[in-house]
Amino acid sequence: MLKKSFWFVALLLSVAINAQDYFPKNNGVHTKNSNYTAFTNAKIYVTPSEIIKNGTLLIKDGKVVNSGTSVNIPKNAVVVDLEGKSIYPSFIDLYSTFGVKQPQRPSTRSRSTEYEPSRTGYYWNDHIMPEQEAISALAYSENAATDLLKAGFGVVNTHVHDGIVRGTGTLIALNNSKSNAYRILEEHSAQYLSLSRSVKTKQSYPNSIMGSMALLRQLYIDADWYAKGNIDTKDLSLEALNKNKSLIQIFDAGSRANILRADKVGDAYGIQYIMLGGGDEYERINEIKATNAKIILPLDFPDAFDVEDPFTTASLSLEDMRAWNQKPHNPKILAENNIEFALTTHKLKSAKELKAKILKAIDAGLSKEKALAALTTVPAKLINKENEIGSLKNGSLANFLITSGDIFDKKTTLYENWVQGDKTVIEALDKKDIKGDYTFSIANQDYKMSISGELSKPKTKITANDKTLDSKITYNKNWVSISMATIDSTKNEFIRIIANPGTNGLTGKSISPNGTENSFVASLSPSEDTSDKEKKDKDDNKSNTLYPVSYPNKAFGFKTLPETETLLFKNATVWTSEDEGILENTDVLIKDGKIIKIGKDLSAGRAKVIDATGKHLTAGIIDEHSHIATASVNEGGQNSSAEVTIEDVIDETDTNIYRNLAGGVTSIQILHGSANPIGGRSAIIKLKWGESADNLVYTNTPKFIKFALGENVKQSNWGSFNRFPQTRMGVEQVYIDYFTRAKAYDALKKSGKPYKKDIELDVLAEILNKERFISCHSYVQSEINMLMKVAEQFNFNINTFTHILEGYKVADKMKDHGVGGSTFSDWWAYKYEVNDAIPYNASIMHNAGVTVAINSDNAEMARRLNQEAAKTVKYGGMSEEEAWKFVTINPAKLLHIDDRVGSIKVGKDADLVLWSNHPLSIYAKAEKTIIEGKTYFDIEKDKQLQAEVTKERSELINLMLQSKSKGNKTQPIKKKTKTLLHCDSMDNELAEAHSH
Amino acid sequence: MKKTITLLYTLCCLVSFAQQTPAPEQTKAITIEGATAHIGNGEVIENALIMFEGGKITYIGSALTKIARKGDIIDAKGKHVYPGFIAPNATLGLVEIDAVRASDDDAEMGLWNPNVRSLIAYNAESKIVESMRPNGVLLGQITPRGGFLSGTSSIVQFDAWNWEDAAVKVDDAVHLNWPRTFRRRRGNVSVNKDYDKQTEQITTYFTNAKAYLGGDKTPTHLPFESLSGIFNGSQKLFIHADEEKGIIEAVNFAKTFNLKNIVIVGGAEANKTTKLLKDNNIPVVLMRTHSLPGLDDNDYDLPYKMAKLLTDAGITVALETSGDMERMNTRNLPFYAGTTVAYGLTKEQALQLITLNAAKIIGIDTNYGSLESGKSATLFISEGDALDMRTNIISEAFIDGRSISLETHQTTLWKRYSKKLEN
Repeated sequence: MLKKSFWFVALLLSVAINAQDYFPKNNGVHTKNSNYTAFTNAKIYVTPSEIIKNGTLLIKDGKVVNSGTSVNIPKNAVVVDLEGKSIYPSFIDLYSTFGVKQPQRPSTRSRSTEYEPSRTGYYWNDHIMPEQEAISALAYSENAATDLLKAGFGVVNTHVHDGIVRGTGTLIALNNSKSNAYRILEEHSAQYLSLSRSVKTKQSYPNSIMGSMALLRQLYIDADWYAKGNIDTKDLSLEALNKNKSLIQIFDAGSRANILRADKVGDAYGIQYIMLGGGDEYERINEIKATNAKIILPLDFPDAFDVEDPFTTASLSLEDMRAWNQKPHNPKILAENNIEFALTTHKLKSAKELKAKILKAIDAGLSKEKALAALTTVPAKLINKENEIGSLKNGSLANFLITSGDIFDKKTTLYENWVQGDKTVIEALDKKDIKGDYTFSIANQDYKMSISGELSKPKTKITANDKTLDSKITYNKNWVSISMATIDSTKNEFIRIIANPGTNGLTGKSISPNGTENSFVASLSPSEDTSDKEKKDKDDNKSNTLYPVSYPNKAFGFKTLPETETLLFKNATVWTSEDEGILENTDVLIKDGKIIKIGKDLSAGRAKVIDATGKHLTAGIIDEHSHIATASVNEGGQNSSAEVTIEDVIDETDTNIYRNLAGGVTSIQILHGSANPIGGRSAIIKLKWGESADNLVYTNTPKFIKFALGENVKQSNWGSFNRFPQTRMGVEQVYIDYFTRAKAYDALKKSGKPYKKDIELDVLAEILNKERFISCHSYVQSEINMLMKVAEQFNFNINTFTHILEGYKVADKMKDHGVGGSTFSDWWAYKYEVNDAIPYNASIMHNAGVTVAINSDNAEMARRLNQEAAKTVKYGGMSEEEAWKFVTINPAKLLHIDDRVGSIKVGKDADLVLWSNHPLSIYAKAEKTIIEGKTYFDIEKDKQLQAEVTKERSELINLMLQSKSKGNKTQPIKKKTKTLLHCDSMDNELAEAHSH
Repeated sequence: MKKTITLLYTLCCLVSFAQQTPAPEQTKAITIEGATAHIGNGEVIENALIMFEGGKITYIGSALTKIARKGDIIDAKGKHVYPGFIAPNATLGLVEIDAVRASDDDAEMGLWNPNVRSLIAYNAESKIVESMRPNGVLLGQITPRGGFLSGTSSIVQFDAWNWEDAAVKVDDAVHLNWPRTFRRRRGNVSVNKDYDKQTEQITTYFTNAKAYLGGDKTPTHLPFESLSGIFNGSQKLFIHADEEKGIIEAVNFAKTFNLKNIVIVGGAEANKTTKLLKDNNIPVVLMRTHSLPGLDDNDYDLPYKMAKLLTDAGITVALETSGDMERMNTRNLPFYAGTTVAYGLTKEQALQLITLNAAKIIGIDTNYGSLESGKSATLFISEGDALDMRTNIISEAFIDGRSISLETHQTTLWKRYSKKLEN
């Protein structure tokens, strides 16, 4: 069997190699070398787990013929004795841009936004380029190949790193001796994708992660529809996408959060992407595992921060410090969890860095076998080439490395890198290791010399009478030449030495400044630094101690998530937000995450009793309008973006979740921003700090979408003049247009006739079918009135007007329409359309019978919504009981979650806040914030967390100082952008204008 | 509920003519009797008697005192009287609508504008200024923004026909924005590599100004001229600095130039420099308590408890309101103070932050900032605790004894539409 396949392979091989026999030859006679090469007496890693000791590797015509301990060496074989040396398969990098000219952002670029594509005959969106081919942009670079060969690579999969769909990559062997005819292993090897825009185009859509995700989804639907012949016009992008479907799909996710996002997109269309990781997968390893994705892992472990300046260091986050400590452990953690991964040089400054990074990962616990597999067999398997590359099995390409020993040992020398049977010499095989400590004497003067560094670039330190002399060394072939200053440094004279390395040292001659030549013998002295070395290793191990991951993995994250408790609140003032009103001296019992009893003198049973005497117990605050905990707010690339959803981009690591909890908030609606008349879909979440993004979302969550009116959608305040609508008149027409089309679409869909699924129109049809609710950003009365009329024309109702600052002018119409109002307590004067905004708005709307909520739209205000509700007592004389409903049961009603939350009622979720004082008073502090019986904020535990943050920061700062003092590289201090106060960049003004 | 509105409406109609029209001089004595008087210096007088005449407080003490009541008597039993709240470092009257550039007069171009004066751009008829009064905020330090030396502020009262009438103290201080060690470029925050260069620029500028002022001053250099009050101590220098390093360097800078009258504004990290500030007797006008902590690693309640941390260290603290939407938010000054009570200060200490401390820091405490005999009758009557939004309900307010309107653009709309919806 073995023989058969051998001959089969050999046959194929000769066909391949001889493929160019048909080329004419005018520079001589035809020659062909059909010799074998046999490498004997080597330790051969056929695969990371299949190791032959003292074996022979036989290759011919660029392929492995055989390996083993008793290989027959044919007569026409060149034999290379590798006594004491090792052979490994060459490495593979699946995420390379080798030899492919990468697109650059055009240097001159006007500021105006463009909405139309720049191409015709292709998909309507410029960022979708499945037709792009690495092969047509390929310009093989011997220099770049040499750098990779020196780092141990034999094959790379290269691609154009630009756009959302990036087209096909090319698998290429790094063979500087042959032409592309031999090197190209697969011209269309894989399709590459990402969530990032192309730098080549100004087309504005998409400009958010959620927009990229939505675009990909619609693309797959469109491609399918095209494949079925339903589109008459030519679309070269869709044709290419359909053609590339059978290839493996490599997704540039770049972070654990984006791996989960991309996987969600892929799952919906039956595609399992291979993910480019971010090195932070360990933070949510179980979720990463659940994606079943294989991962290509960059090794850009961060350098320690330069923490010597205490002022700037104060701004460095614990999160970034931990990343320095934790990231080297990521490969080990992936391996422990049986997540298959390959390694890449992507994100490293040069391939040269690879070895040091792998050694770091090995120091942190990654097994050498896994490390080798991640560079050889795993990438080969991922690219479906496991029979050709990645191992030294018979028939594989003869891609291998010859080393002095363990490839993952710091001291090991890489001698040769063979690719397709052609060798690249990195160090001469017979080159002896000259590193070590020597003694010698010249003209009766004793010297000490130590040689260190790489063999190709050794370094010397020569001392005489404890004085260090200037010296230089070169080591070529087997000649060591040294020049060193004489002891009398005033003379500026040099002694030259030329010598060959032998078993016990160097022998040759020395030439003194006066020309006298003497024989030279430098003897190798036994190395004496073992004890130092051990000590150093110990230190390294200490800095390798993994700081535990918390959820989320930053300051105030939980090491263990809170448990559901059975709790009895004794003797509280209970604000029910129900008809029962405010109950004095009342007990509330919660169990299994629900409120189970409200009454006087309840018996505790097995419940933990919390004495709430003098304290106030309320339902958790609900914020109808929030933009915290999300990675994107606006998809502003088009005037309608119903296809995007905030649920795709929830950021569960936002510290504002914790701060909101500290302000008594338990549920929020994360709304899309107000860039477009038709915005994106909402995420309605509970602030379960520490849980995964998906676990925050309500089960059976009500469906919402953000609409917006006025200055923001007209783009009035940032000088953009080329997008419809530019007036309130145009805004109405956008709605009429979209709803007219959605109605026609829905009718076609319901008719049973074939139709192309359109995610955007599906969402709008849900509105027409009263399955999805609108929360509409609104300011002036004309537009408020308009949207109600549009809705009535299409026979549905607007659910909520948010902001609604002139709601008081049309409260009667709102009441008649049946829409609620979620407003600010006292904001105004920040733009022209809020000139008539008044703090009495909430009370007037309430008095007119409108369901009113007070919202935040602001991470800072959100954490004191109780005070904002209290302002309605001042402005307009609301009763305290009603005022409190503005932030509890009323927003719950507006969000259609009032059957679950928003009041203290038996059977509802135990989402409660214990306040130190009257909850509407400025003097109240949330002492405990509980969601479904779990305490997510506790003012006492917070103190403990504050102390832990201080302690861990100090420890990590100390470790980073140690690292720097050992001579390791550092990076400058970073400050998290999100939290910077008082900034004046254009981007920020834009963001502000968009959000409220 | 409807009843209340009708009642309020009727009440308001009676005085609604006064809206936006500044009150005339006090011509008749007024006596407020029976209220809880919050003096502003930490003291409280229950059942107080307050009398003022010709714009000045003539008596404050217990209502049990046997003394003749003068003029109109206001029965304020169960109510509270406070000195008018003072908003330092405000831009009221300099911008009307944030997003409308034409209404924007708060920041001049360039880095060195100590000579620009806020007072002459102050719009006494601003709709936002009038909305301060129903919350008890009656005085402000109107301050230019931008550059390193942003300009010269003045102190105004909030019921005036024009800026001249409004002025309480003209050109009280020059404002210097200290550089930051981090800066934002294209959305990324990184270490400000120019920090040392920028502080050096400031030192050089002041060195040159000092040399100029010591010479024959020809030709006239307007910005240098405007710094003379800083050097001779007749004007204060407000140094806006949030970072620990900036505060330390600002204090050292002041010492180098022998500037006696300096104030730190912002002070987000002032808790790390309390000893330095205390030893040098430098007060802090503290950033909004209603702010997010600057860093993820900060305690969630750091901005809330900062006033307590500084007060306990013996530093004179006032509160300011600058930041996002600062004009309209300035009316929330009493609630910024109230918040410090939940995080450690007493109510009277909190009140001091926006009354006597603020008056001392901006240099108007001989006449304003507390309810003391001989001081201006700039005060108001609240139905309840004025630091708490539920009970900050103001029935009467006086500036220099003048009974001012509590009507605004906003109350007018409130009444008009409440009435419309009733019918």
